Amino acid sequence: MNLSHAWLSRFVPHGKTPEQVRDLLTAHVATVEGLEALRADLAPIVVAQVVASEKVPDTKLSFNKVDDGSGELLEVICGANNVVVGNKYPFARSGTTIPTGLKIEKRKIRGFTSNGMLCSADELKLGSDHDGIYTLDTDAAPGTPFLDVMPLGDVQIQLDVLPNRPDLLSHLGVARELSAITGVKLAAPKELADLPALGESLSQGEREASGGGISVRVEDSTDCPRYMAAVITGVTVCPSPDWLRDAVESVGGRSINNVVDATNYMLHGFGQPMHAFDKAKLGGAGIVVRRAKPGETLVTLDGSTRKLDPEMLVIADAERATALAGVMGGKDSEVTDATTDIVLEVATFSAKQVRVTRRKAGLSTDASYRFERGVDDAMVPQALALGAALLAQVSGGHVEALVDVGRAPAPRTPVTLSVARVARVLGDAVPREECARLLGALGFEVIVKGETLMATPPSWRHDVSRDVDLIEEIARLRGFDRLPDELTGHRPGSVPDHPLWTAYRRIRDALVAAGLHEVRPLPFTSGAGQGDITSLVRVQNPLAEDEPYLRSSILDTLARRAEYNLNRMQGHVRLFEVGSVFGAQPGKAPRESMHAALLVMGQRRPSHFTEAAPPAFDAWDAKALAETLAAAAYPGATVTFEAGSEAVLWRMLVGAQFVGEVRRVSLDAPVWASAAFGVELMLGEVSSASVAAAGQHAHGAVPPVTGVAALVQGTRVPQRFVPLPTQPAAEFDLALLVPDAVPAGDVEGLLKRTGGELLERVMLFDEFRGKGVPEGTRSLAWRLTFRHPERTLREKELEGRRSQLLKALETLGVRPRA
Amino acid sequence: MTLSEYLDKLSALEAQAPAQIAGADSIDALATVKNALLGRQAGALTALMNALGELPKDDRRAAGAGANKLKVALEESLELRRAQLAAQAANSGPTLDLSMPARDRWQGTVHPVSMVIDEVVEIFRELGFTIALGPEAEQSWYNFGALNFPADHPAMDMHDTLYLGQDQVLRTHTSPVQVRTLQQYAPPIRILAPGNVYRRDFFDPSHAPMFAQVEGLVVDEGVSFADLKATLSHFARRYFGANIKTRFRPSFFPFTEPSAEMDVQCGVCGGAGCGVCKHSGWVEILGSGMVHPAVLENAGLDSEKYTGWAFGMGPARTAISRHGIPDIRILYDSDVRFLDQFGK
Repeated sequence: MNLSHAWLSRFVPHGKTPEQVRDLLTAHVATVEGLEALRADLAPIVVAQVVASEKVPDTKLSFNKVDDGSGELLEVICGANNVVVGNKYPFARSGTTIPTGLKIEKRKIRGFTSNGMLCSADELKLGSDHDGIYTLDTDAAPGTPFLDVMPLGDVQIQLDVLPNRPDLLSHLGVARELSAITGVKLAAPKELADLPALGESLSQGEREASGGGISVRVEDSTDCPRYMAAVITGVTVCPSPDWLRDAVESVGGRSINNVVDATNYMLHGFGQPMHAFDKAKLGGAGIVVRRAKPGETLVTLDGSTRKLDPEMLVIADAERATALAGVMGGKDSEVTDATTDIVLEVATFSAKQVRVTRRKAGLSTDASYRFERGVDDAMVPQALALGAALLAQVSGGHVEALVDVGRAPAPRTPVTLSVARVARVLGDAVPREECARLLGALGFEVIVKGETLMATPPSWRHDVSRDVDLIEEIARLRGFDRLPDELTGHRPGSVPDHPLWTAYRRIRDALVAAGLHEVRPLPFTSGAGQGDITSLVRVQNPLAEDEPYLRSSILDTLARRAEYNLNRMQGHVRLFEVGSVFGAQPGKAPRESMHAALLVMGQRRPSHFTEAAPPAFDAWDAKALAETLAAAAYPGATVTFEAGSEAVLWRMLVGAQFVGEVRRVSLDAPVWASAAFGVELMLGEVSSASVAAAGQHAHGAVPPVTGVAALVQGTRVPQRFVPLPTQPAAEFDLALLVPDAVPAGDVEGLLKRTGGELLERVMLFDEFRGKGVPEGTRSLAWRLTFRHPERTLREKELEGRRSQLLKALETLGVRPRA
Repeated sequence: MTLSEYLDKLSALEAQAPAQIAGADSIDALATVKNALLGRQAGALTALMNALGELPKDDRRAAGAGANKLKVALEESLELRRAQLAAQAANSGPTLDLSMPARDRWQGTVHPVSMVIDEVVEIFRELGFTIALGPEAEQSWYNFGALNFPADHPAMDMHDTLYLGQDQVLRTHTSPVQVRTLQQYAPPIRILAPGNVYRRDFFDPSHAPMFAQVEGLVVDEGVSFADLKATLSHFARRYFGANIKTRFRPSFFPFTEPSAEMDVQCGVCGGAGCGVCKHSGWVEILGSGMVHPAVLENAGLDSEKYTGWAFGMGPARTAISRHGIPDIRILYDSDVRFLDQFGK
């Protein structure tokens, strides 16, 4: 909402500077987002004095010497005939731009050089006076900025009005607040001081009424609770008087003509949208407020043809729609220079109905904006009287008749407030009298009964229905800064940390330590490569039609992010995310679960001069990261890795439960990119099921924790201390030929099972295929470490174990490599 | 030569050798010393060992043992000194150019938005807050109705909210966690709820269709607007510095009444007004207010007995402003060159 500082001052002579008004409104009412000097375009203009002047022969031009305070006299050619030596004029130096947009350049005219321009009022947009340059009556020295000598300092105040306070969408509304804050009483703006009182007949009816040659009928009072109109005859449509034009322009509007400007003045001044119809163009001299007919069209004032439908509300004459109710008038009944008689509409339309009409038409206007949020419905008669009188005055017309269809709004119900509750909610006692005074200042009617207040909201406040609403009024008007700022004691909360949050923090610590980057990308996906599309959750109104689904896998998102990096020539990618994935459930709400996933590709470590090209991440790195991730996610759980198939390298299990997988990730990648590997792990469901029914709670009920959620909440069994060895270890290596069909894990398991209790460690240290190794087998080598707790092992004992193990290995078809 | 003469010579050698060995200040000098002691030709000990034959037969064993013992001791001392000198040479010699770079490891990083969330969480933890979470795919009742949004509120429009079904939305704020928590746990409640929220906003430099929020909620008997002001001001001083000024402005949210927005004095201009604070001297940090009694009632609580306050803030805004990030999109791109900047 744009406000004019000058206009506000006419409603409430507060005597405050724009900056003071800004600070008061921001502290007590609504935030002022900006102050803008309205005539900033005059900033380059300075005061200059003509010190010599002579006519240029055979022309209207004069050749002048001008003192602009620069210390050097400038030669300036002037076309006006009112140049007087010694007088001061507004002056635009060459190189500056005047308010009309014209850039003043050094020019040669008739052999003389002109260095700047002496300006007329017209050129400065200070009126339409063409009678030569603008003579200044000032003592100011040449070179003084023009704005310093002319009282043109109106400032636009840009107020951020929130949806609960539509009453602030006018100068009157904001003036009321300023009056309540400062104690300065509201005044009638001087431009409205000598409007004639209206003594015209008023025809009134609940559904229809007529007068002044028009009839008004409202089909549905829910859509339009009240419709008033004034018939004004004998108007002359012409440019507005200066004060009216200034007022309209001060809020950022464009002056059209006296009739339209008068309605805009009422809108911005009093918050009441109005519309003027050319009476002659209303077919059948009738006005009907009705729903549009199927297939009906209307050309609105902005020139576009709009298709209407029965959900939209229109103002129609006997034949056709002439305006979109509460939104915009029609082109056909527009006021033009030829207009002599006017029908002025002042009505209340239902907020809901205006929103529907506005949305269907796809346009928002100052009027629809206010109707949608709520207009003071009790003000309609007063606004009509004022608007009609103003319009008549600025157009030389005569108010012929007033018509009123509908009903006055029902009186407001009072809200009860206990003074003790004010103290409880605010944490600061506010005396009964102060509460009453503050509410009274805002227009509430207050009755005090003991320690209870009965406050009836004024007609323009529809946001007050409970005691806390009144408490807010008291708190803000009194000032939030008056509340104490001191921490007081509190009871500890009853809510434990959410286990998924603690899991997230553990996982993040582990993966950041492993050198990975946490990311927070968007979860939308095209669905490609995510399996059955019907299992994905689709956004009904997606932002982008090519990504309408929610992901079912974080790894999918990370893969797209890896491609993004590859497209930017970044091949070393290490990303992880802990976040939500979604799955569709037929006939039910989507299922949401939290997952953790990571993706690695490229060099395993940064290059160093000792190792120019470190090896790339491979499946074994991915397996290690999967172990790291699982250990952080499921404290104390034993995760087993089961060989997968195709892109899945390993399926991760806890007991029989599937918890995640390690994959090769296929990417749309350039040839230079190395292979990508990913891990995705489940952390548990985040249910959107109701905790309890609306208005109920489920305190004390403990939902069961099962499945993956239980793993996430697991605890590590404390590590038992193992005594440090006192005896030396003995080791030997086993180089074995292992058939391809036999997994190394089986061999290792057998070694551990048959190695005896002195076997301390089994370490695979080599894999080899090729020369000397028969086809269909590979050579695998383990180092076995034995240790006796009390003595040194003898060579013979080791030999015995070796042959024992080799014998056992025969059952797997494994034999020693020669 | 008698045994005692022989042993005297050994003792003399044993006494002088340590000084010789310690006196060698380079590997080469040490080699000279070694040669002088143990050298095949010129070694003093070698000479003594060769002279064993000059002793009476019965004395040779004792003399030999002494010579051998000395030989082992000297070899050990020489080796020790050699290692010392070698280490010195390795540390100072021309073979190691110490200006060369360290062998680095990949640096993992926490996302800049998560960093802000962590810092916020840490400060409120000191004040006894715990962490609650809720679903991102949320029932529209929890997202709107329970939070006192009127049935035809514009925020519920398809233009502003992403819908998953008739009654299912991608939550537009973290405030639904308020109602879930109040239904699940009895007061006193002191929680923070960090999480992602969604709006039907297309990307531009300062808007994104998804962003993080941190919600806070306190509900108990006797909780007041003054508590809200004191706690949030305390947070601001802990987060932005002890001398930071705060101000509270009237605002509006359907689920709080009274509502207030908290600003802190602009850190760039110190309140004088600059481009960052849009010449107001203040930067908006969070929205807050007293929990609307309707919200308490929707969660089955007695709104006369209990009062509460809540706030919500957007950590991404803090992140982009403190890191000087001109376009919010880069927070989502996951470009490793961006993420790398937040390491070390």
